[in-house]
Amino acid sequence: MTTLDINGREHTLDVATGTPLLWALRDTLGLTGTKFGCGAALCGACTVHLDGQAVRSCITPISAAAGKKITTIEAATDGGDRIGTAVRDAWVKHDVAQCGYCQSGQIMSATAFLKSLPKGKQPTPDEIDAAMAGNLCRCGTYARIRAAIADAARTIA
Amino acid sequence: MLPNTFPDPLPPALRDLLERDDPAPQAAMSRRSFLKLTGLGGLALGAFPLMAAAQGVTGQTEALKPTQQPSAFLHIDADGVVTVAINRLEFGQGVQTALPMILAEELDADWAKVRTRFGDSSPAYADPAYGIHITGGSNSVKNSFLQYRELGARARAMLLSAAAARWKVDVAALRTESGKVLGPGGRSLGYGELAEAAMAQPVPARVALKDRKNFRLIGQATPRLDGAAKSSGRQDFGIDVRLPGQLTAVIAHPPVFGARLRTVDDKAARRVKGVKAVLRVPLERGGEGVAVLADGYWPAKQGREALALEWDTAAVERVDSARQLAQYRELAAQPGPRHFDADMTPLDSAPHRIEAEFVFPYLAHAPMEPLNCTVRIGADGAELWVGTQFPGVDGQAAARVFGLKPEQVKVHVQMAGGGFGRRAVGSSDYVVEACEIAKAARAAGFDAPVRMVWSREDDIRGGYYRPMHLHRARIGFDGRGRVLAWDHVLVGQSIAAGTPFEGGMVKNGVDRSAVEGMREPYPLPMRLTVHHPKLNVPVLWWRSVGSTHTAFVMETLLDEIARATQQDPVAYRLALFGDQHPRHRAALQLAVDKSGYGKRHLPAGRAWGVAVHESFSSVVAYVVEASLHQGRPMLHRVTAGVHCNLAVNPRGVEAQVQGAAMMALSMCMPGAAITFKDGEVEQRNFDAYTVARITDAPEFDVHIVPSAEPPTGMGEPGLPPLAPAFANAIARLTGQPIRELPFRLA
Repeated sequence: MTTLDINGREHTLDVATGTPLLWALRDTLGLTGTKFGCGAALCGACTVHLDGQAVRSCITPISAAAGKKITTIEAATDGGDRIGTAVRDAWVKHDVAQCGYCQSGQIMSATAFLKSLPKGKQPTPDEIDAAMAGNLCRCGTYARIRAAIADAARTIA
Repeated sequence: MLPNTFPDPLPPALRDLLERDDPAPQAAMSRRSFLKLTGLGGLALGAFPLMAAAQGVTGQTEALKPTQQPSAFLHIDADGVVTVAINRLEFGQGVQTALPMILAEELDADWAKVRTRFGDSSPAYADPAYGIHITGGSNSVKNSFLQYRELGARARAMLLSAAAARWKVDVAALRTESGKVLGPGGRSLGYGELAEAAMAQPVPARVALKDRKNFRLIGQATPRLDGAAKSSGRQDFGIDVRLPGQLTAVIAHPPVFGARLRTVDDKAARRVKGVKAVLRVPLERGGEGVAVLADGYWPAKQGREALALEWDTAAVERVDSARQLAQYRELAAQPGPRHFDADMTPLDSAPHRIEAEFVFPYLAHAPMEPLNCTVRIGADGAELWVGTQFPGVDGQAAARVFGLKPEQVKVHVQMAGGGFGRRAVGSSDYVVEACEIAKAARAAGFDAPVRMVWSREDDIRGGYYRPMHLHRARIGFDGRGRVLAWDHVLVGQSIAAGTPFEGGMVKNGVDRSAVEGMREPYPLPMRLTVHHPKLNVPVLWWRSVGSTHTAFVMETLLDEIARATQQDPVAYRLALFGDQHPRHRAALQLAVDKSGYGKRHLPAGRAWGVAVHESFSSVVAYVVEASLHQGRPMLHRVTAGVHCNLAVNPRGVEAQVQGAAMMALSMCMPGAAITFKDGEVEQRNFDAYTVARITDAPEFDVHIVPSAEPPTGMGEPGLPPLAPAFANAIARLTGQPIRELPFRLA
């Protein structure tokens, strides 16, 4: 049994402790907003926050997530988080998504990045690219991802 | 996706395949069976034909095909919410927004109240041109523009008739606006209030369409309807399907296509917590696989890794990329079928000559959502949940696996996380695989839905690649760049050979999908010889199909002729077009004008590159700025000129152009190749198979040539000209042409 703090609620799971957080979220708890893309931390589709840090849930065993605050796309964009909400709204405003499959991970990376900036600091284009370099998008939505992050940064300033 | 040359109508072989088992082909279908098949009825506009029949109105609706019946496409709730059925797969290309825009335009719907749902494998959702439910060939908007306009116009006419009857006024005294019928004396009724009465009205066979100058939605940059769900983790895809009691299957594929098992030791796999069964299943090409069934993906995958399998690869051809290239070079020197012919005698005496060889590798589509399919076998049929470009073809394939009639298989089309052609497979490879697993699970006593999920490794190694190609060209030209003779040889597997599409796509030994884009639209004296070797590698259409390689060859060679004769590459192309090809000229000129080409001074170390290409009936021209950074080609800025006739949703067009350009940029980058060693694919995941990242992305400016002509598609045409434009810029910097993808600098 492993107890996890997910989106502010405790869940006790009867799965092997080596199970990646991704599959505990998706298959055990039904939180399917977090996506499976590569299983090897190469594409970023499975990005969630552990104590506010962006991590790849596909290679993070639940044993490593226990005792930490886990935040998934569902909670980051439900309106309760100021920066997550700003990112979500910027994504909608800039019509970022195409197929949309990678966008949960993109939004989680972008949100963690904006949270990591000193208050009032506006990211440079190079900083945005560096923060998002681990998230693949086969549809090629990168131009709008850049615009949406810059816009969200201005909104929360 | 489908090649440019995909025949219209459907190839006879495929039509035969589809109609042979079909007890209710479209033309003979009664309205009642249509209603039964679509599963609608009893509510609001969902029941037009049934109600019309009850009223004794029969003649008009029977004149309409299932694809023309509003009842299958439109539902209006009492509160005025309009739900539009989408007859395509949505996998990022934006049809889920563009098609309802078209219908809502003629319906005069309130756009804020428009919702969507996906059609299933019923005949109503067939492509009106092809007769099957199909998403490909950049055809969704092109082939359904008139269809969705008429659907909207028919429903509007019925709402107007209902209002006229209610108010006892002439229809001519009424008008519609934003989800309301407006009448004399300020009278107004919402569509929701009229829906039930409208269903009793006959479905008009003929309707007048709006004058385009009155369009309010079509042509407006419109945000995607799925944007909010996809920006908050609320959008479900096929992989997110969760049925009660569902089991997850992960399958061990043979290391070489078509190989069979010698021994299976599954003791360790069965001991993995959560694993329910290990099942041996037949696979295509005579191969076999071992599926591990578990209560989730992770235990199933752990089970797969615990399998000890010995494969017999001796009986199948084991492709080796280096050997294959040598074989292709030998083949290129042999005589073969001719696609074009011309007099080659001026070649030897030409004042200038270019001899060039081009090599293009196999490419995986690598959609972000790994392929998956969920299957439920019931008492008298089966259901599939799958993101597919071919629901009808896949449903038929599933029926064959289960020994069912096609109408006993229902395909629920799911939102798909990319596809690019990989979800349109004539053999229905991954769908058949899922069905074989479900069948084996049922035989083993499991009465549960089975969700098969591929890993990324399965996807990268799973075949159905853009074929490897070798091109050779010998070109003779004069000092003004006039081509005197162009002798061209193309070697590559046929996508259509051995599929239901062969009859329609292969003519005189030449697969038209391999040569599309060659010579077009230039007036060149070209001889084109084509070889289609057969290899043990499944191949498939890949976004823009033949133009993925032909545009590169054509547009880099023309640039080279322009360079060799000291001509501006834009002026050279415009001179070749002459007074022909107005769409090419307009697209190229727009890109040139907007980019500042020839006027703006570029920073040191940057060069311009230009290319223009028509594919799938649309023309895209790129003017790019590129440089070399520590020997690495860098793409900085892309200006696009697009001619797709009337752009239904310019915002969608812009996204498609950017996305296609990014996919093309990936083709140029180191690691964008699938290679074989001893029959096995050498790449496994995104570390070895390159997909462009945000750090590779250029700045984009996309401009659309204004037009009122019926729209042409944009899913693919943005891809072909990007790589040659980029290569042309790099060649200007190095003085050496690039003749290989991914780029290899000479």
